Amino acid sequence: MSILVNKDSRIVVQGITGSEGQFHTGQMLEYGTNVVAGVTPGKGGQSTLDDRVPVFNSVEEAVEQTGADTSIIFVPPPFAADAVIEASFAGIKVVVCITEGVPVHDMVKVKKVVDQNGTRLIGPNCPGIITVDECKLGIMPGFICKKGNIGVISKSGTLTYEAIDQLVNVGLGQTTAIGIGGDPIIGTTMKDCIELFEADPETKGIVVIGEIGGQMEIEAARWAKENVTKPMVGFIAGQTAPPGRRMGHAGAIVSGGDDTAEAKMRILGECGIAVAESVADIGDLMKAAMEK
Amino acid sequence: MKIHEYQGKKLFADFGMPVQDGYVFENMEDAESTIKKVQEDFNTEDVVVKAQIHAGGRGKGGGVKYSPNFDKALENAKNILGMNLITHQTGESGQVVRKVYVTEAFDIAEEYYAAITLDRGKGMDVFMVSSEGGVEIEKVAAETPEKIAKVWIDPLLGMKSFQARKLAYALGLTGDAFKAAMKIFVQMYHAYQSIDATIVEVNPLILTTDGRVVVLDAKVNLDDNALFRHKDIAAMRDLDEEDPNEVEAGKFNLNYIKLDGNVGCMVNGAGLAMATMDIIKLAGGEPANFLDVGGTASAETVKNGFRIILSDENVKAVLINIFGGIVRCDRVANGVIQAVKELGLKVPVVVRLEGTNAKEAQKILSESGVDIIPAVGMKDAAQKAVNAAKGN
Repeated sequence: MSILVNKDSRIVVQGITGSEGQFHTGQMLEYGTNVVAGVTPGKGGQSTLDDRVPVFNSVEEAVEQTGADTSIIFVPPPFAADAVIEASFAGIKVVVCITEGVPVHDMVKVKKVVDQNGTRLIGPNCPGIITVDECKLGIMPGFICKKGNIGVISKSGTLTYEAIDQLVNVGLGQTTAIGIGGDPIIGTTMKDCIELFEADPETKGIVVIGEIGGQMEIEAARWAKENVTKPMVGFIAGQTAPPGRRMGHAGAIVSGGDDTAEAKMRILGECGIAVAESVADIGDLMKAAMEK
Repeated sequence: MKIHEYQGKKLFADFGMPVQDGYVFENMEDAESTIKKVQEDFNTEDVVVKAQIHAGGRGKGGGVKYSPNFDKALENAKNILGMNLITHQTGESGQVVRKVYVTEAFDIAEEYYAAITLDRGKGMDVFMVSSEGGVEIEKVAAETPEKIAKVWIDPLLGMKSFQARKLAYALGLTGDAFKAAMKIFVQMYHAYQSIDATIVEVNPLILTTDGRVVVLDAKVNLDDNALFRHKDIAAMRDLDEEDPNEVEAGKFNLNYIKLDGNVGCMVNGAGLAMATMDIIKLAGGEPANFLDVGGTASAETVKNGFRIILSDENVKAVLINIFGGIVRCDRVANGVIQAVKELGLKVPVVVRLEGTNAKEAQKILSESGVDIIPAVGMKDAAQKAVNAAKGN
């Protein structure tokens, strides 16, 4: 068991012939991910990556011909919203949008559409999902993960790797790790992911990594307090971030009220989540929580 | 991206909104002619002289002056152009006024507030108005939240008439002023949508003594990610209002924000960069900057990042923290060596490399003969960098 994706997921890569698409599809195949199709308008009928993946003109065709049910998007920002909506209308169940720099007005509309269609969107501007030893649907380095029973949810890419590395160093493997993205509007929230991990029997503990800006961590913590039975560890990046400045991620900005690292850490703690003051303590805290 | 009031009003006017209009000058020799032109074109004796900087709170800081006649306007213009304007948003160092906006003046009966921005939690844009305009809206929100009316706009439907009506009713308007305000709200939403704004704010929106509704100020922030489809608006960027080092970093696709501490840091990924700043603080130091070299750090980006960090004279030590995923640590190591050799090693450099090819990278660094301080794990790295900055 795991969440969202596994060895049976049938992956279509949107933007497969671009440089990012080529590189990362190669990496995903190497990990053993079941990539069944690629889409690049105008290149339908070709095949790519040493003839391993057939290319189609549309997601609809890819779904019809290969039974693809999961998609990953590597198209440039101006076309990303269209790509997500195309996947959603083609009946894809899980869509991961890696693209960084999607306009927020586009995402507000996309979010409404995917919610109405019942499509699970991860991202945009995220490293994707990895279900260890089964499916790497993203750009994270697969080799750092180890099979185990911790679920990892994070707004940021390299900070996710840091957390995974620490978990492995204390002897804890992962079921699935999800980078949900750091933009103001994202398809799947931290709370949504916690809900999935809580329902997954294989997952025994959950790490959540948030940052300044927005209310997502607070919503997640309040939900977890009422509903989660598994031990949780949390970390919030940006304790030293000055207010009013966007710290890299479009959504990482302190604009007043409950969106500071301090406020979020306090509320996570109040909701029964073990909060790591220092990023270096994530692994040790999870280990301690699992041994309780 | 932020733009000036006069630019925001120009955009608003393009969408039909009635704005308090005027002209801008940048050199004192143009002041007289600008004031006279405003007086003639708008058929007015009195004008308002307004400092144009990106920060808010200009009025309180002395950057906005009502001027009853030409002489007074000229005097105010002289005082404002070139002044170092300090407001609650500029910080203590203030911002030099390089542009002055001279506008028509109105007799104000009422002042209102109107703004549109994204409600992240609801995933919808929220349109807010208040009968308490002209003051800090944060104060109104904290003390008298009932005086702020809000409508949430369905992104697929856009703003509907009943919503504009609700906002106009909330201001207590009637008759022609009610109709005028309603029209302004629809135009304002149209502008917000069309220019990919992240916030549009009018504070104050005024009712004049002769019954007109006019936009007196304009705060417009734009989505950097959408500027590719607004070349005309992208051209409004005023680099004088931005930190030169941040502008320089942007040229190399580096995300740099200067802070007040003395431990410079270079990290791949925004989240890890923030976490690195935080752990420097926990180790008893203060970060000098936020610097995200991005997911594809190469020798070249590392070198440029190094140069930008070292241009800050406060920096007493540098911490390089890279978690290689797609990025290969051996390449980063080579970049560090190259940067140190080219730029000279003025301060101690602590390097922590983890992930893809980390072992090879450590070997490259230790065999290079370059005097860097290797670290294992973030705690160790932060402590070493903080100690180095303190001269230990």
